[in-house]
Parts: sequence; structure tokens; C-alpha cells
Amino acid sequence: MAVLILLSVILTASGVYDHIAQWAGAGTAVPVTGFANSIASAAIEHRSEGFVLGVGASMFQLAGSVIVFGVFAAFVVALIKTALTLLGGS
Amino acid sequence: MEAYFWAFVVGGLICVIGQLLLDVGKFTPAHTMSILVVSGAILDGLGLYEPLIDFAGAGATVPITSFGNALVHGAMAEAEQVGIIGILTGIFEVTSAGISAAIIFGFLASLLFKPKG
Amino acid sequence: MLHGHQTWVFSNRPTILSAAAVGGPFEAKGPLAEDFDILHGDLWLGQDSYEKAEKKMLEEACETAIKKAGLQKQDIQFFLSGDLMNQIISSSFAARTLAIPYLGLYGACSSSMESLALGSLIIDSQSGNYVLCGTSSHNAAAEKQYRYPTEYGSQKPPTAQWTVTGAGVAVLGSQGEGPQVTAATIGRVVDMGVTDPFNMGSAMAPAAVDTITAHFRDLRVSPGDYDLIATGDLGRVGHKIAGDLLKKHGLEIPDNIFTDCGLLIYCEDQPVVLAGGSGCGCSATVAYGHILNRMKKGELKKVLIVATGALLSPLSYQQRESIPGIAHAVSIEYDH
Repeated sequence: MAVLILLSVILTASGVYDHIAQWAGAGTAVPVTGFANSIASAAIEHRSEGFVLGVGASMFQLAGSVIVFGVFAAFVVALIKTALTLLGGS
Repeated sequence: MEAYFWAFVVGGLICVIGQLLLDVGKFTPAHTMSILVVSGAILDGLGLYEPLIDFAGAGATVPITSFGNALVHGAMAEAEQVGIIGILTGIFEVTSAGISAAIIFGFLASLLFKPKG
Repeated sequence: MLHGHQTWVFSNRPTILSAAAVGGPFEAKGPLAEDFDILHGDLWLGQDSYEKAEKKMLEEACETAIKKAGLQKQDIQFFLSGDLMNQIISSSFAARTLAIPYLGLYGACSSSMESLALGSLIIDSQSGNYVLCGTSSHNAAAEKQYRYPTEYGSQKPPTAQWTVTGAGVAVLGSQGEGPQVTAATIGRVVDMGVTDPFNMGSAMAPAAVDTITAHFRDLRVSPGDYDLIATGDLGRVGHKIAGDLLKKHGLEIPDNIFTDCGLLIYCEDQPVVLAGGSGCGCSATVAYGHILNRMKKGELKKVLIVATGALLSPLSYQQRESIPGIAHAVSIEYDH
């Protein structure tokens, strides 16, 4: 996983990823490479606004939704599952 | 050999679903990825994602859907250990490597590179 | 003087004393490269951000145009400019450098003709001797603000357009030798409910049609009176829609005179250009470079430039608003 992320970041930083993606579409966006690309591209782009307000604040402008909804969905699912086990068990 | 074949097919199919969401559904990439990650979480809740991983290996672990699956796993594993509070404390346990790597490498990239436009 | 409902006729015929077009690497590879005064090999222009580079480009275009007119900055009464950046910082910061009394405008990609129309009104009404009208756009700065970080791997559909990295500026005066601005039609905002920011041609086409029909109606002339009618940046998709809509309204513009700056500025086979060029710099650099050059060579005597703009913001899109369009038309004549 970390290897794919590193590879995606390198391709993003070298300016190659977006060209591959224009052709590959969801093929590059859906795997975790897309996730890493969204973070790396935002980080690199906003460096001109400084590291704290630019890079730091904007890094998750695209990936944020994935994390928010992923966590929230996992929370709901885990809650339901745990509740079912508790009810089923006792 | 067979493992590679199924990884290719299943991974490819998940990407095709993503492409359909983008082109036909006219969802933005952010919407599409969110839908996929939530689907992964739900599928794991239904006990369907782990069998898919056993069957297709990286074809199921590499797409963003597995992120949703991993979040649920982290939550469930911790909940089984320490009770319901474990949902909150454990949610990022499995995905920590992925998120940390993305942040760290992303930040390093911003230190070393300029965008190419 | 007002003619009809929304058209000004400039009886004193303000003259375009000089004009300058500055472009970036993509424009340098296009078919109109020879018509640019300055072409840059990269998007940075030695600056540390895209936004600063855009400001630098606009300054360069202004300084070049002023020099070509044989004037000094102090001679210019007013500077009218707009661009795509939030709070039009490219124009405002260029105005800071130029220290010329400044009127900032926002017409999105229609800014070039919006500024030319207003500048001509100032000259025609003898409210100024020399006016500088310009606009600029920068591909990476626009992508960063309106869409995604430039290295993000999103797939653009074939209806998407490529924002021109360029600045186009003209110096207007009340007398002198050069092409003359004869009339301008100010457009209304037209919104037909298009919501796809990757298909702005469709969003802007109705506005272009509205302004063009108003122009011909107000002045009681017909398309055949012009040698060239160029829309700003409708691109392949929007230009065709505009043509069809015009036919439906009973206004047929012959194909050989109806064109679009977004289609002229890039070769069809340049990658990622997709449906054509767009951005404030598109209509500005093509009009102030290529089209004016053709007029100076005598190839064109009477042209109508209809710059088109999409008045959305990233926020309006997120709030599920559709994309309103606007178009301003200016007619230029050169008979020598």
C-alpha cells in the first residue's frame, strides 16, 4: 500500500500522473493511487501560499470527502454490527 | 497466475464502476470516491468484502473501496477488544499506514517539487 | 450615442493606436504564434506563483502596447482591465505597477471586449485622451482556482476547454492612424440552465446569440456587412450551438466569416486542448494580435468580436447554481 502511495506521489510530483489519468480515468482515480494523487497534487499546488496556510490547510481539499464519508460510514456500520452482536449475544 | 488474473479483473471492474459513476452518473471525482469508500464499508458490514479480498487479492485491496473496508475492520477489531468505545479508538488503526504515508510523502513532495501546470 | 436598446455607436471613432499580445508555451505551439509580441517558454515567468506570473504577463503586455504607441505611462488617462482571479488581483496589481487611474472589471472571458467597449465610450465622449484596455488569463492559475490542482488526475471530457495563458492589451486614442472602434453592443446575462463547468461553451452560446442578434437589430445591419465575426471562446461545442441557434432565429452567418478565437488559437492536434481555448486571454490575444494584424495587412476591413464569458464561481457551482453567460460585441473597422 505504502509503495503504491509513494509511486503515485512521485508520478504526481514529476508532472506525469495527470497525463496518465486523462487517458485512464477511473483506472488511476479509483485505486489508492488516486487518493495519494489528490493529496500530493493539492500539497504541491498550494506551496505558493506557504506551508501552514497553503500546504497544510489545502492538502485534503479533495481527499477530505473520502476520509469524512469513509469514517462516518464505517462508524455507522460498526455501530450497527456491534449493536446486533450485543443484542444477538445477550 | 490465477491470482493475477482475478486481481486484474476484479480491480478493473471496480474501476469500471468508478468510470460509469463519473461519465454516466456525472458525479465529480470526490463524489465518486466517496460513494465507493462508503460501499466498501457497507459491503464489509454485510460480510462480503473479506471474501472478495480472499478471491481477488490486490484487486480488492488496492481500490479505494478497501479503505472503507479497512475502516470498519479497525473499528470492529477494537470494539471486540474494549467494547463499544473501540469503534472510535480503533477506526484508523488499519488505515493508519495509508493515510500517514499519503500525508508524509505529499508534504515531502511539496517541499521538493513545483507543479508542472 | 445610443442606438436601439443596448448598442453604442462611436461617432468620433476611437482609434486603436497599438496593441500587444503576450502568450505562454502552449500558445507558442499554436498556429497564431507569429502574432504574439512576447511568448514565454514556461508558466512561471520567473515568479514564485502562477498568480504572480499572470500579473507579470499583463504588465508586460501593457508596457509593450504603451511603447508601441510611442507614449509613456503618464500619458494614459485610464486603465480598464479584468481577469479570472478572485478579486481580479492580476489586474489590480498590474495597475499598481502602472500607476494609471484604474477601473477594475469582471466579465470573465468577456472582459476583453467589455474593457474595449467602455474604453471606447470614454474616448468617444471626450472623457479621456488615451485609454489602456486589457485582460489576461493563466491556465494553471485558473485551473487551481476554478477546478482542481494542476497535477490532479481528473479526466477532462471532450467538451472541456483549455484556458489560454495570455494577456492582450490595446491603447485607445481619439486621433491617429489605426483600426477604429465603431460600435459596441453590451450583452445581457443569459442563463439556460447549463450546470456543467466542463462544458462552458454550451453555457455561453445562448448569451453570444443574444448579443449578436441585439447588435444586428440595434444597428439594422446584417452579417454580410462584416468580413469576420469572431466569438471569444465558445470552442467547438459552443460555436456549433451558437451557429444553430442563430439559424433558428433567422440570422444566418456564412461559415467563412463566422469563427471563434478559441478555435483559432490552438491546432486541432494539440493535446489536452479538447474543445478549444478559453479564458480572458483567448479573445484578447487573438483579437489584439492575429485579427488586428490581418486588418493592418488589409485582409479584413470590418470585424465584429463577440467576447463570451461564463459568470460562475467555484462556490456557485457547489451551491448547485447553473452557469450564467454573457457576451459583449465590439465592431472594429480599418479602411486604408
